[in-house]
Amino acid sequence: MMYQYRDREMGERIIRKIADLNLELTLMHVCGTHQDTLIRHGLQGLLADVGVDIRQGPGCPVCVTTPKEIEESLLLAKSGKTILVFGDMLKVPGASSSLSQAKTEGCDVRVVYGVDDGVRIARGIDSDCVFMSIGFETTTPSSAAALKAKTPDNFYVLTCNRLVPPALKAIAQMGEIRLDGLIEPGHVSTIIGSEPYMFLSEEYGIPQVIAGFEPLDLLMGVYMLAKQKMKGECKMEIEYTRAVREEGNPKAVEVMDSVFEHTDVKWRGFPVIPGSGQELREEYGSKNARLVFEDILVELEGREFPEPEGCLCGEVLRGIVSSDECPLFGTACTPESPVGPCMVSSEGSCNIVYKYGKMG
Amino acid sequence: MSLILYGLMCLAVPAKVVRIKGDVAEVDFGGVVREANISLVDTKVGEYVIVHAGYAIQTLDKKEAEETLEWFQEILEDSHA
Ligand code: SF4
Repeated sequence: MMYQYRDREMGERIIRKIADLNLELTLMHVCGTHQDTLIRHGLQGLLADVGVDIRQGPGCPVCVTTPKEIEESLLLAKSGKTILVFGDMLKVPGASSSLSQAKTEGCDVRVVYGVDDGVRIARGIDSDCVFMSIGFETTTPSSAAALKAKTPDNFYVLTCNRLVPPALKAIAQMGEIRLDGLIEPGHVSTIIGSEPYMFLSEEYGIPQVIAGFEPLDLLMGVYMLAKQKMKGECKMEIEYTRAVREEGNPKAVEVMDSVFEHTDVKWRGFPVIPGSGQELREEYGSKNARLVFEDILVELEGREFPEPEGCLCGEVLRGIVSSDECPLFGTACTPESPVGPCMVSSEGSCNIVYKYGKMG
Repeated sequence: MSLILYGLMCLAVPAKVVRIKGDVAEVDFGGVVREANISLVDTKVGEYVIVHAGYAIQTLDKKEAEETLEWFQEILEDSHA
């Protein structure tokens, strides 16, 4: 079934249709998987040839995690806690080092595939285990469900969860990039539906499409945005109808909202974005690593954590430069020795561009 | 399918539900069967779900998937579109 969404001839037809509209468009998507599809299948170049420039915005949860949050996990690791983390996070540099470095220095850092993996590990050992809970609305419901279902006493959560729509609002408000359209992330949208993005069309005049991840999904998403632009329309459309319903997944939203509440947090490359963070509600205080290990983490209070020198991840995450415009790209910064998180994470824009640039 | 083992964050993959035991189901990713937590969705054996980080996050509408391709054709054939 999925292979039909890769049909080459249809892809070429869609691109010709876009070319016929004869527009110059700057679009943004906010998802590592969209970036992968765009680069892996060479769509970015094909679209550039017909006047469509697509940037990856803040759509990589690993990349937008701040140096301070990484320092929190490092400090807990060095204090003897077992850190449970998604593999993509391991090599991301904090201000002092990274979790993979801490691991080679003897700290107990373990890679998990999901929260339930972490809970299983915690059940099998006595030490305090801290799950670094990273992710957007796609991932946060799983952390919430695990906590609701009960976790062992030695299992704690360091929340780094974030919400996508407030970050898009920040981009619209900052006005650093003129956006002719937004390609909204399909999997985040399976959870939240289309309503939470509506204000971007209504108040900021940005056309939007929720698109899936196969090449034809993305091309069709771009074509739908181009058509809106041509007709002077500005609305939310769903291309990925096989997985996204307008109302999202109300069951998952309810579980998420019963465990987490919205807070104001900083994103890498951004200032504090109001209402963009997800912290555990008071009832889950005994699971909140920031509260339970406050005496350890207090050491980080008031300290500044600068971004790596010369790294343009902030600009990449705000969509104002593309990865290969960074002077360090492919020279001082490669996946083997990354300078910034966008080169580490398999969803980071720089990593994806480097990987397929090399292969292709 | 080895991709899911590397801890990719946003990646979510369709799978068919083959057996349900409470909140956990055996799901088939095109030949590789694994367990997934299904507490966030309402699903039954034979349906497709999208799995992310060990959890099914939404059910996949097979009919809609087929109709989307027909809808693409229509859009492309409409010369006014
Ligand atoms: S190439 Fe490296 S240094 Fe430059 S923005 Fe990307 S991650 Fe940062």
